[in-house]
Amino acid sequence: MAQLTMAKALNDGLRAAMERDPKVVLMGEDIGKLGGVFRVTDGLQKDFGEDRVFDTPLAESGIVGTAIGLAMRGYRPVCEIQFDGFVFPAYDQIVSQLAKMHARSRGTVKMPIVIRIPFGGGIGAVEHHSESPEAYFCHTPGLKVVACSNSLDAHFMIQQAIALDDPVIFFEPKRRYWEKADVDPTATADPLEQARVVRDGTDLTLIAYGPMVKTCLDAATAAEEDGRSLEVIDLRSLSPLDFPTVLSSVRRTRRAVVVHEASSFVGLGAEISARLSEELYYEMEAPVLRVTGYDTPYPPSRVEEEFLPDLDRVLHVVDRSLAY
Amino acid sequence: MTPADPADTPLVQLLTPEGERRQHPDYDIDLTDDQYRDFYRDLVLTRRIDIEATALQRQGELGIWAALLGQEAAQVGSGRALRPQDFAFPTYREHGVAWCREIDPIQLLGLFRGVSNGGWDPNEKKFALYTIVIGSQTLHATGYAMGISKDGAVGDAETGEAVIAYFGDGASSQGDVNEAFVWASVYNSPIVFFCQNNQWGISTPTSTQSRIPLYKRAEGFGFPGVRVDGNDVLATYAVTRAALDAARTGQGPTLIEAYTYRMGAHTTSDDPTRYRLASELEAWKLKDPLERMKAFLYKQQIVDAAFFEKVEADADELAARIRKGCLEMADPDPSVMFDQVYEEMTPLLREQAASFQSYHAGFAEGAH
Repeated sequence: MAQLTMAKALNDGLRAAMERDPKVVLMGEDIGKLGGVFRVTDGLQKDFGEDRVFDTPLAESGIVGTAIGLAMRGYRPVCEIQFDGFVFPAYDQIVSQLAKMHARSRGTVKMPIVIRIPFGGGIGAVEHHSESPEAYFCHTPGLKVVACSNSLDAHFMIQQAIALDDPVIFFEPKRRYWEKADVDPTATADPLEQARVVRDGTDLTLIAYGPMVKTCLDAATAAEEDGRSLEVIDLRSLSPLDFPTVLSSVRRTRRAVVVHEASSFVGLGAEISARLSEELYYEMEAPVLRVTGYDTPYPPSRVEEEFLPDLDRVLHVVDRSLAY
Repeated sequence: MTPADPADTPLVQLLTPEGERRQHPDYDIDLTDDQYRDFYRDLVLTRRIDIEATALQRQGELGIWAALLGQEAAQVGSGRALRPQDFAFPTYREHGVAWCREIDPIQLLGLFRGVSNGGWDPNEKKFALYTIVIGSQTLHATGYAMGISKDGAVGDAETGEAVIAYFGDGASSQGDVNEAFVWASVYNSPIVFFCQNNQWGISTPTSTQSRIPLYKRAEGFGFPGVRVDGNDVLATYAVTRAALDAARTGQGPTLIEAYTYRMGAHTTSDDPTRYRLASELEAWKLKDPLERMKAFLYKQQIVDAAFFEKVEADADELAARIRKGCLEMADPDPSVMFDQVYEEMTPLLREQAASFQSYHAGFAEGAH
């Protein structure tokens, strides 16, 4: 078993998907010789050729719009959007065309397209390079939205997303690209749309995804020293959301805190909170609380640590919940 | 300031408004008498589809209709230039192209009646669903054309495949159309960009979209552009066929600007008297695509009264069939909104569909 960075695990996953199905093609800006700005596609053009791994002109709507046409022709395009903040030129094609095609064609037109987006902050980047736009896509019927949090998931989830006939927005937490974990490519993967309890606990459930899973695990470890037992759920799939896993955890712990980098207003936390209040109104010991980025534009990077939820902010809100 | 349409802008024309046949050094075609007659028949039937649909909207059977009146030649000429293996990506006004692709006109009505967001299987007749957002389909068309290249289905003059992307003068300002031009150019994709410049984007004249004739845009992107008389079915056919053949043999994209006129309103909800002069419409009526073809057929002496009677009878029959089909077009079961959002219904949709069913079942049982 190899210790792989998330970037390498994704690379291996893409390679496996391409070996499995000749219709899988990779497209995006600077993904060929350069291997992408995060090197996720490193070496793939060399091994699979320019027909299957190709650099596109610099226009994101064009990337997604032509991917739709390629899919109509029978291909399975995997698009790379270079950074989260650059997906918006493609937003129209994603929301108005890609997401609706299956429904409006009554299923006669399949859209097996994966749009990979490095997302989130914490790398000291210039503006538009640290955003968390997942809620926009989760709000769009017809799209599936997933976020990996570690190398092992990254390796399998990218292959599962490519194998799906639905369009998938695939979020990769860019600040975790270089963190290593064991990856056994022969392991049995969990279903793509299933959340996972990544740490068992009894007092409160932390619900997170992508970059915040590690933050929550660190918080749970710190809380343990104070005698508090926090359960941590990695949602993995943001749309559809695996509510049964969330409900079964919170039914036991009776307290929930949702943690994400994205702003709070109308975010994933709001949806999860609403759902928990619908399902567990009489069982909760405390209202669902949220730890999120503020409802501001992403700040200049020298102060981004103040914007991003971290271990202390998570524990602070955990304390509030436990105080009810 | 250079006028957007200088008077000396070259225009490929094989049939004058008076029905005189012209030769063109680059776009000569030799058609049989039957082909000439078929073109006329297509023009008449296409116009009749449009007239009937407009009437159905006026009678409340369609929510809206986007008329093609005046653009029959541009659509029939280009549509008949397509080979069975070619794929067409329409806007929402390509009823004449749909006719050429053998899409049943009744299927076109579903979208406008509000019983469907599609209406046909795009793969069956190689005719994509209508696209409402302006210009989006040009990128889909380009991607499809890239796929043709990847499949190695380009090169052979007979079996090579090509794509045609329809759009209008308004769409030429959209980013997606310009991105499609870039993509098609750098990948040398087998595609024809077919712009029907009907002079108006709802109330906005082409001069607000461009300061140069639209076909000239192609040069900046690195492929040829040509303006054709869009009210001349023969010229449109010849120019489109040549461009499609160039595409299918690996010579890359062409932009065709079919210079035509939207003789009706943008849609049945529009009122063109608020923004354009009646005299403009009168001037274009003299260039009517059907009248010039009719005049040509008479001059060629290849038709008789019986021919025109037969075409009219066919049109009447088609109109009656469309009317009947429209009136018989039932509302869909509302529960279909849930079942094709994804390949398989998600838990949330299953839950909502079940909730929807039980809510309505409650009415049946008198619970509400």
